[in-house]
Amino acid sequence: MSDKLDKNKNYAGRLGYSYRRNLRERLIESVLFLSAALSVVIMLSIVVMLVKESFVFFQHVSLWDFLTDTQWTPLFDDAHYGILPLVAGTVVSSTVALLVALPLGTIIAIYLSEFAPFSVREIAKPFLELLGGIPTVVYGYFALLFVTPLLQMIFPTLPGFSLLSAGLVMGIMIIPYVSSMTEDAMRAVPMHLREGSYAMGATRFQTAIRVVMPAAFSGIAAAYILGISRAVGETMVVAIAAGMQPNLTWNPMEPAATITAYIVQVSLGDLPHGSIGYQTIFAAGLTLLLMTLVFNIIGHVLRKRYREIY
Amino acid sequence: MQTGAELNQYKSHVKALNFYYGAFHALKNIDMALHANKITALIGPSGCGKSTFLRCFNRMHDLYPGNRYDGEIILHPDHVNILSHKVDPIEVRMRISMVFQKPNPFPKSIYENVAYGLRVRGIRQRAVLDEKVENALRNSALWDEVKDRMNDLAFNLSGGQQQRLCIARALATDPEILLFDEPTSALDPIATASIEELIADLKDKVTILIVTHNMQQAARVSDFTAYMYLGELIEFDETDTIFIKPKHKQTEDYITGRFG
Repeated sequence: MSDKLDKNKNYAGRLGYSYRRNLRERLIESVLFLSAALSVVIMLSIVVMLVKESFVFFQHVSLWDFLTDTQWTPLFDDAHYGILPLVAGTVVSSTVALLVALPLGTIIAIYLSEFAPFSVREIAKPFLELLGGIPTVVYGYFALLFVTPLLQMIFPTLPGFSLLSAGLVMGIMIIPYVSSMTEDAMRAVPMHLREGSYAMGATRFQTAIRVVMPAAFSGIAAAYILGISRAVGETMVVAIAAGMQPNLTWNPMEPAATITAYIVQVSLGDLPHGSIGYQTIFAAGLTLLLMTLVFNIIGHVLRKRYREIY
Repeated sequence: MQTGAELNQYKSHVKALNFYYGAFHALKNIDMALHANKITALIGPSGCGKSTFLRCFNRMHDLYPGNRYDGEIILHPDHVNILSHKVDPIEVRMRISMVFQKPNPFPKSIYENVAYGLRVRGIRQRAVLDEKVENALRNSALWDEVKDRMNDLAFNLSGGQQQRLCIARALATDPEILLFDEPTSALDPIATASIEELIADLKDKVTILIVTHNMQQAARVSDFTAYMYLGELIEFDETDTIFIKPKHKQTEDYITGRFG
C-alpha cells in the first residue's frame, strides 16, 4: 500500500459496526422479499379460489362424469358436464397454432441469429416484436373476417367459425414469442463453439443445426413451452373465430368451443352467482391450470436436464 | 527457381501477406515458409499479430465483416493460393484444421465430437466412421481413457482430456496442416505436458503451426520459430538458432525476458 496514514486523523473505530448502514440494508432486503412474496401469494390465492369453487361443483357432478361424459351442456335442462369437448377444442386449436408457430418461429430465429446481417436483424426484430404487441381481439377479427373467407376459397365447405382459422391466426400471434426467445438462446451460444464448427469445414447451416441448436437446447425448450402455454391459454381469438358451441371433435375444419372461450361466454352471461352453471367455469379453469402446469413442469425438467454447459 | 526436392520440403509459402481489421494494419508484408512435417512456433508479445496470422491459414477471418487481407498463402503440393477469392474457405478448412485456445467440444457425445468433421463431409458408413474415430483418438492419446464411454457427453471430460478430444476432432479428417492457437493456455502444467508430448508425436503425420505465449514451450516443441512484433515478422529461423544466437537484438531481448 502506497497511501500513507494520516497521523492527525483518528482511525479508531473505523472497523466498527454501523447500525445505520445495517438497518438500511435490512430494510431494502425486506422490501425485495415482499415483492417476491407477492407473486407467490397471488398465485396461491388463485389456486385456492379455483380449488374451493371447483369443490362446490364436484359435490354436484362426479369427477368420473366430468372426465368421461362426451357432452358439455351445463346450461340446458338436460345438463351434461363432460369436459372432453372443451379439452378437444383447446387441443385442436393449440395444435394448429403450434404447427404454425414452432417451425416458423424456429426458422426465423435461425435466420436472425446465424445468417442475417446486422442491419437486417436491427430492422426485422422490432417488426416481429410489434406483431406480439397487437391486441388479441384484433387478431380474432382478422381470423373471422379475413382468414376464414380466404380459407373458404380453398375449402368451400369450411363453416364461418372454425378451429382451423382460429388456430392459424393464433399461430401467427405466437411466432414472435417463440422466435424471439429461441434467437436469444442461440445468440447466447459462445462464438468459440461456432468457430470450432467452422474450422472443421462446416457450413453456416450445418453449424446452426448441429452445434448451435443443441447448445441452446434448454433455452429453445423454454421458448417452445412458453408458446404452448400461450396457445392453450389464448382466449380472444378462439372466442371470436372458432365459435362458442362445445363440440367433441378432433377435426379442425369444424367449429368448437375451447375451455377459455367457454369461460368468457359464461362470465359475460347473466347466470346467478352460486348456481351450478356458474360453478362450471371454476372447474373448467382448474382444468386449464392443470394443463399449463403439466407443460411448465415438462419445461422445467427439460431445462434442468439440458442446462447450458458450454 | 526452386528445385523439386526443395519444394517437397515446404508445405506452404506465405508471400507479402497484409491484414487489416478495418483501418488497423495488423499484419505487415509477411513472407515465410512452412516446412513440411515440422513444427513451427509463432512467438511474440500480446497484440503482435501471431493469432491473426495463424487464423489466415484457415480463412477464419472470413467469418467477420470488416476484415481485409491481401498477399498469398501458397499451399503445396498443388501450389494453390488459399487466400484467393476463387477458393472456397470451406475447402481450405477441409485441408487445414485448427485447435483453439480454450477447449471447445460440441454439446455431443465423445464419439460424435470426433466424427463431426467426417459427418459434415457427408460420410455416413458406420464402419468408416468407427475406424477414423478410433484412429484419431489413438493418435491423440485419448483412446484408452474414453473407449468404454464413447456415448458420454464430451463436457464430462477434464480440461486436458477435452483439449485432446479437440485435437482428435481436428485429426479425424486427415488434415495437411494443423493450427494450434495457444492450445495449453487454459490447462494445468500436467495437462500441458501431455499436450506438448502429443504435438511432438504428431509431426510425422501433419505439418504443425503453433502460436504460443510461452517461450519455453516454443523451445521445447518446435523445429522452427518465428518472432513477431507489432504485425511484422522480425526473425524466422530454426528454433535452436533463434534461442541461442538470434540475429536481431530485439529477438534476443524478448527471448531473454527483457521485455514482452
